[in-house]
Formats: sequence, C-alpha cells, structure tokens
Amino acid sequence: MKLIVAIVKPFKVDEVKTALLELGLQGMTVSEAQGFGRQRGHSEVYRGKEYTIDFVPKSRIEVLVDDPDVPRVVDTLMEHARTGQIGDGKVWVLPLDAVYRVRTGEAGSDAL
Amino acid sequence: MPKIDTGDTAWVLVASALVLFMTPGLAMFYGGMVRSKNMLAMLMQNFFAMGIVTVLWVLFGYSLAFGGAGNAGLIGNFDFVGLKDLAHAVSGSVPSLAFVAFQLTFAVITPALITGAIADRMRWAAWVGFITLWSILVYLPVAHWVFAGGWLAERGALDFAGGTVVHVNAGAGGLALVFLLGKRRGWPKEPMPPHSLAWTLMGTGILWFGWFGFNAGSALAANGVAAQAFMNTFVAPAAAMLGWLIVERLKDGHATTLGAASGAVAGLVAITPCAGFVGSLAAVVIGAVTGAVCYLAIGLKFRFGYDDALDVVAVHLVGGILGSILLGLFADASVNAAGKDGVFFGGGWGLFGEQVLAVAVVFAFSFIVSGVIGLALKAVLPKGIRVTEEEEHTGLDLTQHAESAYAFDRA
Repeated sequence: MKLIVAIVKPFKVDEVKTALLELGLQGMTVSEAQGFGRQRGHSEVYRGKEYTIDFVPKSRIEVLVDDPDVPRVVDTLMEHARTGQIGDGKVWVLPLDAVYRVRTGEAGSDAL
Repeated sequence: MPKIDTGDTAWVLVASALVLFMTPGLAMFYGGMVRSKNMLAMLMQNFFAMGIVTVLWVLFGYSLAFGGAGNAGLIGNFDFVGLKDLAHAVSGSVPSLAFVAFQLTFAVITPALITGAIADRMRWAAWVGFITLWSILVYLPVAHWVFAGGWLAERGALDFAGGTVVHVNAGAGGLALVFLLGKRRGWPKEPMPPHSLAWTLMGTGILWFGWFGFNAGSALAANGVAAQAFMNTFVAPAAAMLGWLIVERLKDGHATTLGAASGAVAGLVAITPCAGFVGSLAAVVIGAVTGAVCYLAIGLKFRFGYDDALDVVAVHLVGGILGSILLGLFADASVNAAGKDGVFFGGGWGLFGEQVLAVAVVFAFSFIVSGVIGLALKAVLPKGIRVTEEEEHTGLDLTQHAESAYAFDRA
C-alpha cells in the first residue's frame, strides 16, 4: 500500500478528481496548501511599494492505493494536473505501514 | 436677535450627520489597508473618537474653541461650558446648537486621521491618552485660531473647511507620533499588504459622500456658496483620482484600486480649504496636481525611513499643505464675496503669504505639541506607548481588545 501525495494548482483539482474517480478510486483527501518550488512566489505593488509574496496557494491531494494501482494513479494525476506552465506542482509516493477503516475495523487492503 | 432660516438649519443639521459618517468611513478606508490581525484595533481607534471627543466637546471643548469668537486670540474661553446658554441662541442663520454639532463632527474626525500613521503598534491605553490630550491641547487652539476668528483668521488666512485645522494639523500630529513609536517590526522589508481593499474602497465611498457635508456644510447656509463647494467636492477628487492613476500606471505599470481610492481622498483633502473660495475649473487643476504630487509623496517615507503606515503624511499632510497654498493662487472673490482674490485673479501675493504662514504655524504647533504629549505619555504610562514584540506579532485585535475581526473557522 502506498500514500500518494500531489501538490497541484487549485483550479486543476476538479479535473484531477474526476479522472481519479473514473479510474475507480474510492476516495481522496484535498486540503488547501501554500508553498513554493522553483516557480517562487509573485509580486504585488501597493502605493508604489513592491512586495514579494513567497507562498503561492496550492491544493494538496492525498490518496491511498494498493501497490499495483500506483503507476496508473500517478500517471493520471500527472496528466490531469499538467498545464505545461511553471508551477504545476509535484507528486510523491510514500510507503504505508497500515490502514484501518474506523467504522468496521477492517485493516490493510480491505480498508482502502 | 438674528432670525433662524429653516433651509439653512435643515442643511447644517443634515451636513453634520454626513460628516459624522465620515469617521466610520475613515475607519473602513484604513481598516482595509492593515493586516487582518489589526483590523478591529484600527476600527476601534477611529470609532472611539466619536465617544471621547463628543463628551469633551460638550463639557468644555466647544467653549475653548469657539468661546470669545472673533477675539483674534490664541484660545477661546469658558462662556459655553456644558453648552450653557446655547439652547435658544442663534449663530448666523442657524440655531447655535446646530453649529455646535457641525463643528463637533470636525473635532471627531481630525484626531481619527492620525490612526493611519500609527497603525499596528500603539498600545490602546496610550491612544486613549493621546486622543484626549491632543483634542484639548492641539485641536481646540488651532480651531480657535482659524475657525473662530482667532489670530490666524484675523491676519487674513483662508480655510473654508479645514485644510490647516483638520489635515495639516492631523498630518503633523501623526508624523510626530510615528517618530516616537518607531517602525513596525519588519518594515520596510517584510510585506505588510492590505488585508482587504474592498473595505478601503467602501470607506472611500463613504468618505466622499460625507465630505459633501464637510465642505458644502461649511457654507453654514443652503446657498450658492454651498453649491459651489459641493461641486468642487465632486470634481477635485475625480481629477485627483485620474492624476494619481496616470502617474501610478506610468511608474508601476498598473492602475490599482488602492490608487483610485488614495487619489480620490487626496483630492478631497486638497479641495477642503478651497471648496467655497474657488471655481469649478480651478478645482479640476487643484485635484489633478494633488493626485500626482501625493502619489509621489509616498516615496518620502522610504527615503527618510519613517514608517507612516497608511500614508497620512503623503495624503493628509501633503494634500492639506497643497490645498491651503494653492488657494493663495486660485482664490476667486467672484465665487464668494467673503473670500479673496489669489495670485491668478489679481489679488497679488498677500493671501499666498498668509496661507504659507498659516500652514507653517499649524504644522509647527501640532508637530511640537503632539511630540510633547507623546513623550509625556511614554514617561507616565507603566507599559509605555508601544505594544511588546509578541503583542505586535500576535496582532492588536487579540492583545488590545480580546477579539478577532474574522473568525470564519470558529463560527
């Protein structure tokens, strides 16, 4: 089992969500995030004074998947989050020791 | 006994309510420009002016400003303490109490203007002390000199609605306090962008709306001078908005909402002393010049390193100085028989000189006395006049008032 984390542009979240649902994924978690990569932030000017805003708003998508599904999910994420412009985000994959479903107490792959 | 004119009275009463509305409008104008953690503190410093100054005004403020009117002196007297003997009195063509109320609204908003300079770092108790002492020791004398036939008015300086009394006065006070308080931590390196310019634009609209009362009401009658002042209050901020936006677009690449709001307010400031003394075309020129110059004046604080947080100096002090001095050029006695001719209308340099003198005197007096008040408070108050580093970081809303302006996540 793996935890896949994707940082994407907020306006891409809907498209990514729809594509992942079509793959057959049962759920995901989305949260607002802010940060920067090589894109860095942007600048704003107030009364002639320029400020650099380092942290750019992003969305953080987390999905739990079984090992064989990882390549498909990652490919789908990358395909649908991509605009080709700088600042498209990142996807990373983490190993997962255990997963439990709270309501039934199921564990492992059954809980995904 | 002079006769009351019902039309004049109705207008002065309505104008008083219009001007009072400017103070919450100013609070919104400033509030949108501070960070969200300091929003309520900014609103509160302004709102509080409506409380403290009103009570002072009734007790003895009006009397010290307007008692002994026409004495060509330095201060009024105690004839009207508690507003005694005024219930049935008449001032000009309106009931004296209507005049008292109208002038009170000016006394309220003037110290409120200072809050923009000191934003984000003054201790609440210190502000309470400052606004109380400043109203008594600075506002009342200056109002007497200029509005009540005191020595500056007697010399011949013109100020239709408060270019010196309100704007130069508050701007100089703010500057003095900025030097005593010091910079906000992190300024000018850390970004401190406005938290919601929507508030600022709404506040600007309210200010402009109320300013019709401020300037046209200063005719103290419902007549042609009031209408001219009203028109000038329309056109000068409009031209100033354009002036500001043009320079901003050329220098920074964008015409901004904050620029539009700031330009309009700068134009309102500059036309204040001139409103009932100049023609409509002069108002266009005064507005346009002010919009451009006030934008450029923002740069002063970076050059000299003083943290005038929301540009009270660039907008109110510089705008007030410009309006007061340009009046010496553009004053036109054919607009208002009670006025004079400036340089451009064959009046020579006499009026111009008086305007420069009035500006210099009010600036120096306010700057010095404000500084003395600030130093005294710093010495007397156990915790001084500035919040601690931690309080400043947490924000004034929580640390000074135990409230938060925005609690969406907890609601």
